[in-house]
Amino acid sequence: MPQVTLTVNGKQHTVDVEGRTLLVELLREKLRLTGTHVGCDTSQCGACVVHIDGNSVKSCTTLAVMCQGANVTTIEGLAKPDGTLHPMQEAFREYHALQCGFCTPGMVMSAVDLVAKNPQGLSEKEIREGLEGNLCRCTGYHNIVKAIAAAQDVMHGKRSTVAAAAE
Amino acid sequence: MYDFSYHKPSSVADAVKLLAADPDAKAISGGHTLLPALKHRLNKPTSLVDLSGIAEMKGIKREGNAIIIGALTRHVEVANSDVVKGAIPALAYLASHIGDNQVRNRGTIGGSVSNNDPAADYPSAVLGLGATIHTSKRKIAADDFFLGMFTTAMEADEILVAVEFPIPEKAGYAKMKNPASRYVMAGAFIAKTASGVRVAINGAGPCVFRQTAMEAALAGNWSAAAIAGIKQDADGLNSDIHGSAEYRAHLVGVMAKRALAAAG
Repeated sequence: MPQVTLTVNGKQHTVDVEGRTLLVELLREKLRLTGTHVGCDTSQCGACVVHIDGNSVKSCTTLAVMCQGANVTTIEGLAKPDGTLHPMQEAFREYHALQCGFCTPGMVMSAVDLVAKNPQGLSEKEIREGLEGNLCRCTGYHNIVKAIAAAQDVMHGKRSTVAAAAE
Repeated sequence: MYDFSYHKPSSVADAVKLLAADPDAKAISGGHTLLPALKHRLNKPTSLVDLSGIAEMKGIKREGNAIIIGALTRHVEVANSDVVKGAIPALAYLASHIGDNQVRNRGTIGGSVSNNDPAADYPSAVLGLGATIHTSKRKIAADDFFLGMFTTAMEADEILVAVEFPIPEKAGYAKMKNPASRYVMAGAFIAKTASGVRVAINGAGPCVFRQTAMEAALAGNWSAAAIAGIKQDADGLNSDIHGSAEYRAHLVGVMAKRALAAAG
């Protein structure tokens, strides 16, 4: 049985996998990191998005065995060890950017990558286009886009808090 | 997904040996087409040969009047490459509009071109620019490469190593995406090259093809007016729940005009 060694949220793991084991299966079933969700399982909905070496990817369409040596970050790895939320998580809470919450881990992980790769700042239209790989079936995106717009200002140091009152 | 054995060679020669030794082996790079197919059990390879560790298949470089892109280059790398944006902006634009951010972070040019999905983006640029495919065995002109739906001139133990794009005088790409799947309903890649005008149509038919009537018209008069009266024949085009062949034929004309406008 193949073995894969990878770092997840700063901790190294060596795990026995099958060739066909998906990264999301390794995360959820072997490491019990169930914050990463499986929605469509066809690489369309984005509920399974995690970061590999700083890039957002769909973990339902990535073989675990191909992640040898990879540095993986999941939704569980975003907050600080003392529980302080990442600005993107804080903004999703502040702007009520979730309803049922199923798509939220993927939305947050995609959004963090999107904002990090665009230090010049994103317009509302660009945020919407940047979320093309994530589907939400209940909030209707509007508050998600508002949350990402607020979080990007904090991530880029333009303001200190995501609080709506600061607008 | 059925299970398979997994191999990760570090050279093209070793990868070819693995593929030649097992007729039911498949090569994988980004996996964003192959893995969904395996999940549907449309394919049952006994082993997967992971190409991602092969250094000689990576990177983007300019050589003379051509851009050579290694097969393992991900869509995001082509989209963001200063070399590509400077020499063939239409190619960078095309790469920046494949799938979504997460797909572009994994999918590779070699995978897209060798799979030859009728609704893929890259085949239109390969054919529209008159590119040359470098494989583990030979060099194949784009005109001889795409043979039909999901079919190319490559053999089972042959690996796409790089794509060589001649730099055109100007080029443009436009596509109509299916609003749900985002796959191409019809697209056009138009280029004015040293060897003449080329118009490649993707999405509309079972395989990317050249629109020769438009090429002839644009060679004499590079303007939207020159192709305004050219009707794409609907015969042989794709017809499915997303659109009839007649609709796609109409889209070909619209996308060609948009691609021409983008080329400038």
